Amino acid sequence: MTATVLHALGDPWTEPLVRRAFEEVALLALACGALGCWVLHYNLSYAAESLAHGLLPGLVLASLAGIPLLAGGAAGILLAAAGVALAGRVSGLGRDTAVAVVVTALLGLGVLLALAPATPAGLSGLLFGDPLGVSDADLVLAAGLVVVLFAALGLLHGRLLVVGFDRTGARGMGVSPARVDLALLALLATALLVAVQGLGNLLVVAMLIAPAAAARHVTRRMPAMLVAGAVIALVAGLGGLYLSYYAQVAAGASIAGMLVAAVAMISAAAAIRRRLVRTRLVKTRLVRTPDRPGTSRAA
Amino acid sequence: MPDPGPIAVAGPPELLRVAGLSAGYGGRPVLRDVSFRLAGGRRLGILGPNGGGKTTLFRVLLGELEPLAGSVACARSAIVAQTERSRLDFPVSALDVALMGTVGQLPWFRRPGRAERVAALEALRAVGLAEQADVSFGELSGGQRQRVLVARALVQDAPVVLLDEPFTGLDAPSAEQLEALIARLAQEGRTLLIATHELGQVRRWDLVLCLNERQIAFGAPDDVLTRDVLEATYGAAIVELPGAGGAILPAHHHHHHHEHPA
Repeated sequence: MTATVLHALGDPWTEPLVRRAFEEVALLALACGALGCWVLHYNLSYAAESLAHGLLPGLVLASLAGIPLLAGGAAGILLAAAGVALAGRVSGLGRDTAVAVVVTALLGLGVLLALAPATPAGLSGLLFGDPLGVSDADLVLAAGLVVVLFAALGLLHGRLLVVGFDRTGARGMGVSPARVDLALLALLATALLVAVQGLGNLLVVAMLIAPAAAARHVTRRMPAMLVAGAVIALVAGLGGLYLSYYAQVAAGASIAGMLVAAVAMISAAAAIRRRLVRTRLVKTRLVRTPDRPGTSRAA
Repeated sequence: MPDPGPIAVAGPPELLRVAGLSAGYGGRPVLRDVSFRLAGGRRLGILGPNGGGKTTLFRVLLGELEPLAGSVACARSAIVAQTERSRLDFPVSALDVALMGTVGQLPWFRRPGRAERVAALEALRAVGLAEQADVSFGELSGGQRQRVLVARALVQDAPVVLLDEPFTGLDAPSAEQLEALIARLAQEGRTLLIATHELGQVRRWDLVLCLNERQIAFGAPDDVLTRDVLEATYGAAIVELPGAGGAILPAHHHHHHHEHPA
């Protein structure tokens, strides 16, 4: 039995193509899972989605022109940032609306370009990711991202905590919120740029946000949350690939499905645990009424 | 910040000197004509309506906001901000928060180590929270959270400590503990600036500054807290409480004061 399971788990790794997919997803999951925790606590989820979508036209144009996707994506991010900055200055248009308009326009433009007859096949790869199309160069890039990102998060940890916890008091503590924001956004843009090639434009956002949302339920300290986010992303990412391998379904969709399942399960487990703890407290008369704790003693 | 020259040292050292200060946002002053001096070991109560300039003054003293006119010379200052609801789900312990006071003093490549942890624990002990070092910030009571932020200011080793309405929402025992802590910090030679609406407390402190878009008055509470000054500070909206020994409260604040849960 154990041998069968081990064989089933090991089997995909024997094919080089599939093994590279596993390695790519594992590396990107570690990076996105950890970084997502800070994205969540800095309320940058929307910004992450905007950046990911905004760089699509750049990616498509790069694939049309035959230049490296990385260069196209970088140009796309800069274009999106400029567009958002300009649209934000249109009077009467709220900032969120401006971002939404620019990002939707860029996403639409990207899809339109990708559907043009001249475009080589592969739009679905840019949107949903194509882990099976990963090259050795992509793997090196992803490994580089993990090293740089973890080093940066380690160095910035204290400052990220200070600004995330108390933005107004940070200056008084000798920490510049603007610089910390800029550093975090630069890390986010870099991670998106690298991860979007393996995970795709839509899935990369799920990989950033979902593990962090789940990790929030199971940890109470930031370092533990970073580890939990990375582990949850890793398990869901690899689980999705196994599902894809054995059920013959699209890899990107399987990973997204596993991420959503992870969030749902962990949230439900956390809710049940809170309930159980509460019931136990009521039984031992530490809390007198389960639903109205404020009335326990004053009455 | 423009440097108005060396701070004079005579008697208890002067820690703060504000002269002819105007400050505001986008070029328009929201606070004008502020001039006062503070030596070490003083407790200064700052009274004024919301929007009267208390927060603006704090931001100038912290170096976050450049004065539009006038000059400010302030020893290193730290703020004890109000603990907003949004921070309560941030995954940090009391010790983590106290440790934040060390981050800005370390070079960017160094993480807080053993010495910093010892200093942070020492500060938590000084505010009576050594036992709660590992408790999540969001699970502490309002009074304990305020004292954790005081510990963070102690770790910063700032001689000037700004407290932004620290008594808001505290029950009586917590308020007493905080008041005692403030008195102790003043005895150690620090100067504390406390924005508040509680006239009763201000009367027990050393000095009072009344702000309403400009400086209305500065001095010892007994000299300053007259009916005229309070009316100028809070507009005409003052109510007299007959049963409270002539205590007067600003009308639009007094209903906040005794909100105990039923």
